[in-house]
Amino acid sequence: MSTLGELERAVMDALWDADGSLSAYDVQHTLEADGRTLAATTLLTVLSRLEKKGFVASDRSSRPHRYTAVASRADHVAELMHSVLGDAGDRTAVLERFVGGVSAEDAAVLRRLLGGAG
Amino acid sequence: MIGPLTSVDHALADPGMSGALVIPHAVVIAAAVVFGIVAVALAWPVPVALSRATWPMRAPVMALLLWQVIGLAGGLSMIGALALAGYAALPQHPWLAPIPAALFTVYLLTHLAITVVQVTRLRHRHLALLEMLTSPHPTRARTRVLDDAVPVAYCLPRGARSVTVLSQGLLDRLDADELVAVIAHERAHVEQRHDLLLLAFRAWRSALPWFPIAARAEVEVAALVEMLADDHARREVHDEVLARAILQVGASGVPGADQPVSGSMRVSDRFRRLAG
Repeated sequence: MSTLGELERAVMDALWDADGSLSAYDVQHTLEADGRTLAATTLLTVLSRLEKKGFVASDRSSRPHRYTAVASRADHVAELMHSVLGDAGDRTAVLERFVGGVSAEDAAVLRRLLGGAG
Repeated sequence: MIGPLTSVDHALADPGMSGALVIPHAVVIAAAVVFGIVAVALAWPVPVALSRATWPMRAPVMALLLWQVIGLAGGLSMIGALALAGYAALPQHPWLAPIPAALFTVYLLTHLAITVVQVTRLRHRHLALLEMLTSPHPTRARTRVLDDAVPVAYCLPRGARSVTVLSQGLLDRLDADELVAVIAHERAHVEQRHDLLLLAFRAWRSALPWFPIAARAEVEVAALVEMLADDHARREVHDEVLARAILQVGASGVPGADQPVSGSMRVSDRFRRLAG
């Protein structure tokens, strides 16, 4: 069940729930409390991947290194939703939505179809 | 067998026919003008007429094909006109003459490359966010559930690794049949590689922003592609089910939902053809 993607999400959840920064050791403990045992090397790999993706920042001046989430979960959700709902130009090239906004006239056209059927 | 050979020998021996193939200067100029006229026609009146026509809503496949032909032939005729104009203007400089055409070709290809890189980068970032913020759908492969009340469904095209995203708000609102319609629609986008078409026309627009028609072509192609995806969904569900799903998602009035898309007749055509 533990794909890399799921591990990354679990680690991010631990960092988002934490107040301030965590050491890798703290993260490992948090995950263990959730019933997920993780080797230290795996955890460090996941943390460095998350750092490379821009989700995590690390303070390497302290021993042990401390890790923080770059932005809150809500900020990332907002970024995601903006790229789905926002600026039309970029969006149409990046992803294909089922339907955007339906104008009042178009909605009336569709309701007439449904009214006729019902 | 001997006759043609001797006549070739004779032609080669004729001093007037020897040497490189020489096309009369007047022919080069005439050809440059013809190519220029074709290029202008494909850049302006032809696409304007197509975007005003009403038949594409009944034959979206044909219309999409025509837009591709217009785009491709338009680009090639511009390059051809430039090349011929170069030879007409500089008949004594065979190395300088093709430079304008070559520069324009490089310009178009550069815009295509930039567009591909930009879109790939945005998709990459979007996928990283999806992996972090969404959970895999319990039963559907390559489908992720976004925990948000706004009803949205979309696909992130990445070839064989394309991902379909459904929000929790959408799953809460739609019944089983409506969900089938939405998923069939999105699957059509992925399977028919609509992303490549949209990418090509986006590159075309970014290369020629001063041609209003390039923007119009992009809007038209985007709307036609939605019709194709709808037709795919209509093979699996009744038109009424698809119409209900569109209304549930598009006219939900949930804060944060997109502003109504306006300005293009073709976008409304998508809905009219369901009712008609």
